[in-house]
Amino acid sequence: MTKMTGAQAIIKCLKEENVSIMFGFPGGAVIDLYDALLDTDIKHVLVRHEQGAVHAADGYARATGEVGVALLTSGPGATNGVTAIATAYADSIPVVILTGQVPRALIGNDAFQEVDIVGITRPCTKHNYLVNDPKDLVPTIREAFYIASTGRPGPVLVDLPKDVVASTITYPEKKKIKMQTYQPNYAPHPGQVEKACKAILKAKRPVLYVGGGVILSNANKELTELAEKIHAPVTMTLMGLGGFPGTNPLSLGMLGMHGSYAANMAVAKSDLLVAVGARFDDRVTGRLDAFAPHADIIHIDIDPTSISKNVKVDIPIVADCKAALESMNAWFDKSADFDSKASAEKHQPWVDEVAEWQKKHPLTYHQKGDIIKPQYVVEMINELTGGDAIITTEVGQNQMWAAQFYKFNKPRHLLTSGGLGTMGYGLPAAIGAKMAFPDATVIDIAGDGSIQMNIQELATAKQWGAPVKIAILNNNYLGMVRQWQELFYNRRYSATPMEITPDFVELAKAYGAVGLRARTRDEVVPVIKEALATDNLVIMDFVIDREEGVFPMVPAGKATTEMLLV
Amino acid sequence: MKHTLSVLLLNKPGALSRVTGLFSGRGFNIESLSVAETLDPKVSCLTLVTRGQETIIEQITKQLHKLIDVIKVTDISEGEFVEREMVLIRVKAESHTRAEVLRIIDIFRGKVVDVSPTSYAVEITGPESKIKAVIDILRPIGIKEIIRTGTIAMARAPKK
Repeated sequence: MTKMTGAQAIIKCLKEENVSIMFGFPGGAVIDLYDALLDTDIKHVLVRHEQGAVHAADGYARATGEVGVALLTSGPGATNGVTAIATAYADSIPVVILTGQVPRALIGNDAFQEVDIVGITRPCTKHNYLVNDPKDLVPTIREAFYIASTGRPGPVLVDLPKDVVASTITYPEKKKIKMQTYQPNYAPHPGQVEKACKAILKAKRPVLYVGGGVILSNANKELTELAEKIHAPVTMTLMGLGGFPGTNPLSLGMLGMHGSYAANMAVAKSDLLVAVGARFDDRVTGRLDAFAPHADIIHIDIDPTSISKNVKVDIPIVADCKAALESMNAWFDKSADFDSKASAEKHQPWVDEVAEWQKKHPLTYHQKGDIIKPQYVVEMINELTGGDAIITTEVGQNQMWAAQFYKFNKPRHLLTSGGLGTMGYGLPAAIGAKMAFPDATVIDIAGDGSIQMNIQELATAKQWGAPVKIAILNNNYLGMVRQWQELFYNRRYSATPMEITPDFVELAKAYGAVGLRARTRDEVVPVIKEALATDNLVIMDFVIDREEGVFPMVPAGKATTEMLLV
Repeated sequence: MKHTLSVLLLNKPGALSRVTGLFSGRGFNIESLSVAETLDPKVSCLTLVTRGQETIIEQITKQLHKLIDVIKVTDISEGEFVEREMVLIRVKAESHTRAEVLRIIDIFRGKVVDVSPTSYAVEITGPESKIKAVIDILRPIGIKEIIRTGTIAMARAPKK
């Protein structure tokens, strides 16, 4: 039995969990842990703000599928991380957050840099812990990794009092984790799988509605197999993009508030909606009673609380998406009643009808003169990266244009704050992804508003050799809110004009990065090419049409068929 | 519809606030809540009375089950069950009402647990309907203070 300090034990435990990188910011309460970090090969990425640390860990997790790790100090260090923790929670991202805490004897005393972070993060973590006993230290961290990465994933926070970390403990041997109260179910119920497959056999106008669960469970292959086997159109939520190839003829792109005309029409006319790892979010469904009104609904989800939460489900399958889709594919392969060719023929009129909608109202925009349209910028980024880049986004118009005009063919290539909608997510998440895949092209598609929310992380990117590319779609407005004001508030632009915006080209230089600017359409491609050709961190400042909007748009509370088109 | 849920959860710091936080955060309503250790000191049993449509109750049950510290959730009002609540009532008892209060308490099989020259404190146990009845009868005489435990409940054993 080896004796060691709590700090050394934590590091040893992180190594056992295969942690090779963590993102953090030091402080008094975690100084022991930082001291122990010097003696390991775990890479610690020093960020410039704790929100950036957790977003970077989250970006790392989304890009790799592994657990991201962040290390924050007590009090303000921990509270600065809360927005990013809530971001990971809303999108079910596996992150373990270690926070320092004041020594046990001071807890509850309003000590310096003390805050009840376990209380604060209770509603925005999958689970959290305060380690009260040094002997619980290692088992708790093991449990945290286990909970974060299994079932419906999510962030888990472990609060570490300074004296617990400084104490001497005996390192406990690794055991298989078995928790009495937490046993996520992966395998689908065979009876439900059969019911679902039989419903698909009967359907004339099936649509697959795919969410982030497909990406989290790495089920993109199984999903593509099912879609092609039964020959059904596929639409994705923001979180589901890349779960099915965006260039596949069966892909309708995104649905919902800013979804494609064809996707929203297909759902509205469908007679069977197969929801896979999606949760019927209000941005997807619009007015609930008008959502998929003619369809029976099959819902595959690992989280029973997602089922029949917003929309009544006819055939629920509580299971891991991958396992459920595998079972469904196997069922069709074995079934005497199913023939892939016959299914394709049967659904062809439906697929043709949907294709007609796509042709009639494709995602588009009106080019005027030589002004830069943001959609064109995204299209060119798509073209010049061959659709292979890892794209992160901020939140707002930039996010929607990225989702609409970049054709994601692979999972884990769009990292975006879908559920919480956190401006400032894109840059730190891009750093996390770039640290995981140094050879990949990582581009943060940003707005001039949201990039400023975590702009300090440029220094992090520079210090740690994460030369990501930032494409700012600069309209000098908080564009999405401005668009709502234009459409629904009589063009009263309250607090949306960004009267002062830094010179992003000069700002890039100040951080030792490359700054490029395009003011006309002709300059867009050369700027992107130059950015992709340099090894350095780059900010591309695209001065875009100031009042361009995101369309189609379903006004909040309306049916998804009531789209405002371009 | 009123539902009585029985929730077994780990007897850990913070476990109870996970349950109450879930209710406040999701806008579910708690009519009463009672919690104490079970035979196993590592486990607490929480009896919770709530109201809502079936879909809401289904969500409550699933969301409770999703909490890592929760072992088991049973909607015991789905089957046969016994429920009890205890109430302590300090009721005015002056010379002309003392005898009447004692008679009422006796009818309800209550007990006097504290006496003063002007009041009795009485203890009554029973299902919610009985507690309501005794309060209604004592109210005109003058209730000075009332403390209720909230409902606890147990499913009836199968008869065969």
